[in-house]
Amino acid sequence: MDELIFFINRVLISGTVLGSIYALGAIGITLIFGILRFAHFAHGDMMTMGAFVSFVLASALAAAGIVLPLPTGFVVLPVAMIITAILALGLDKGFYAPLRARGARPVTLLIASIGVTLMIQGLIRLIFGSGTRSIYVSAPKDIFRFDMSWIGGSRPINITEPQLIMFVVTALLVVALHLFLTRSRLGKAMRAMADNADLAQVSGINTALVVRVTWVIAGSLACVAGTMLALDVALMPDLAFNIVLPIFAAAIVGGLGHAYGAIVGGFLIAFAETLAVFNWTAVLRPLNNVLPEGMALPANLALVPTEYKLTVAFVILVITLLVRPTGIFKGAST
Amino acid sequence: MSAASPAARGWDSPLLRGLLLFAAMFLIVVVVGVVQGQATMLLILTQATAFALIALGLNIQWGYGGLFNFAIMGFLMVGGASTVFLSYPVNMEFWNSDGPMLLGRALLAFLAGLALVLAARRVDRFGIRGKGKVVVVALAWFAGYVIYRSQIDPAADYIESTAGFVGGLGLNPVLGWLFGGLVSAIIAFFIGRISLGLRTDYLAIATIGISEILRALIKNMDWLTRGTMTVSPMPWPTPLPQQLQAAGMSIADSFVSARVMFLALSVVILIVAFVLVQRAYGGPWGRMMRAIRDNHISAASMGKDVTGRQLELFIFGSILMGIGGAILATFTQIFDPSGYQPINHTFMVWVMVIVGGAGNNWGVVLGAFLIYIVWIISDPLAQLIFLNLSAFTDNIGWGAIPEIDSRALQMRVFVLGVVITIALRYAPKGLIPEVVKRT
Repeated sequence: MDELIFFINRVLISGTVLGSIYALGAIGITLIFGILRFAHFAHGDMMTMGAFVSFVLASALAAAGIVLPLPTGFVVLPVAMIITAILALGLDKGFYAPLRARGARPVTLLIASIGVTLMIQGLIRLIFGSGTRSIYVSAPKDIFRFDMSWIGGSRPINITEPQLIMFVVTALLVVALHLFLTRSRLGKAMRAMADNADLAQVSGINTALVVRVTWVIAGSLACVAGTMLALDVALMPDLAFNIVLPIFAAAIVGGLGHAYGAIVGGFLIAFAETLAVFNWTAVLRPLNNVLPEGMALPANLALVPTEYKLTVAFVILVITLLVRPTGIFKGAST
Repeated sequence: MSAASPAARGWDSPLLRGLLLFAAMFLIVVVVGVVQGQATMLLILTQATAFALIALGLNIQWGYGGLFNFAIMGFLMVGGASTVFLSYPVNMEFWNSDGPMLLGRALLAFLAGLALVLAARRVDRFGIRGKGKVVVVALAWFAGYVIYRSQIDPAADYIESTAGFVGGLGLNPVLGWLFGGLVSAIIAFFIGRISLGLRTDYLAIATIGISEILRALIKNMDWLTRGTMTVSPMPWPTPLPQQLQAAGMSIADSFVSARVMFLALSVVILIVAFVLVQRAYGGPWGRMMRAIRDNHISAASMGKDVTGRQLELFIFGSILMGIGGAILATFTQIFDPSGYQPINHTFMVWVMVIVGGAGNNWGVVLGAFLIYIVWIISDPLAQLIFLNLSAFTDNIGWGAIPEIDSRALQMRVFVLGVVITIALRYAPKGLIPEVVKRT
């Protein structure tokens, strides 16, 4: 039983947390690709930006002496989402819209997004320094321990309060996004424009509005993903730069332009990473009693060494691009 | 006559502008030399020369052929690691141990795995087709991986615990640079073979992923590259400052003359590469490449082998990147895998090519020097601004700005982003007065 608990602690919980972050980031990338047709490399830095907005707000709350039952990072999230969405709109207005108006190719927009990446990263480091910060300004992490002795486990299942809230927030956001895309007029317009931009424009859809809504959604989800990453790991200026590739991997595995695919892709990549570095000996140890003499399991039976964890995402990315570049949800669109 | 005319056409109007820009750059170099001292100027110039070589490589790929390559950092690391292997002094401790034998076994295991995979790909001869074949091939890959890991892991552990790492062969660093180019070419061949069929943005993402994989490998293969423990000091092909000091030169002079010699050697390499690349551009080969870049469908209809030619470009460009990376590693005398960052080593080269003017070798060389100097001097400039600002805020009672040193360093990244944004917005073809005036 302990082996199962160990598995849940090490794989299921951390995989789900990582998957939520990847999924929320990948939705933004995939929506931008679907509507604007370019790979938005600055998305990782938009996540970092969102995290720092939350950090500033949380610090302000803590400085004002307000103590809340929840981690402040979550309390300020709605405001931070709005601010990041406005910033995202500003980025589009300042850097991408002029290029689009000139009729620049998607390649140029891609390079422009790298310029934006560099600028955001430079600014964040300039203002906040390059050190690591904790977003837990006032309250420390609470840890829930679920006692498992009733089914014969000697160790508890550990889950922190932020992780629990993360699951809830992600689920709520995904449901809200689903309702928006399928029920609302604007959501349907977005799907139409992703399918065929010219046809959408001809049939009277306000494409400029759709573009703005795309940036608002992408920006606010990036803010949530960045804040969650900061809550789960730590707040660093190059936080999301390391994670933008796994997120691209998630978006591509799910099929670029396909929002549900991005969610599936995010969890797929996250669990692939977690499982690849998981030491299977810990779970299979009971087999040692069954196995014949001299065939004991080695101490470390991980598929790849831990230092290659991020590489797993890239390998999946490259294989997907080569074998099935359209992703697993081929032919579908959002 | 006909061979010379395209080159002449490329020269007539940009000539004046090019001369002016190069003159301006020369002025900046002189100013930097006066302000920061000769030794620093030579340091910047030597590294800029290596980056010019790398930028020429990217110009072959992006400027000539329109190929997206975001794996520059990977090739620079490969070049650096290769030159470590060839030019670092021989590590006798390794050669006298069981290490070579264990590595030989790992190589055999690798070949066995490879044979297994290749055999599995021919399994359709035995009537296993479709899904069945996919399963067999995947199983063969897994089995090959397990066989290889079972041999390489103990070998790596053994070498790391006894001899530290494999060490080098103790050959001349120039040979190491050429070897860096060769290894890059081999790796570029495989990367190109698997990924060149992809569309532009997918190719960009795939290459950036491959470059991260290369970085992870080089960083963690401690037995081969010493990983994060870094290899230093690397030998120079020209006399080192310390050697000149031993011969009786003063410390300041020794640094200047040693760097002048190194700079001269790398400039010779740059000129050779430049002449070759420039001639290729003017010739029928370059014309064909531009035809493929501008309209690959019509080029294919004229009977040109589009993917084959693109693979050629990719390999040629990567050779220059490998050599440039090797020169950089040799010059700094230290190979530190964690010192390689996509910003410093991939995106900066892109900024060089785009600001300089993709497709124009003169522009790219100019862009490389300019951007590298901008990159270097943004730090002291920002420091100056911050110090003044800090004095000002201190005066009006807000207190001084903390950590000026580390913050000013980050100014470089921001400046790089601003430069490329302005270039894309106002001069997407590059090599324009606006960008140069800024510097």
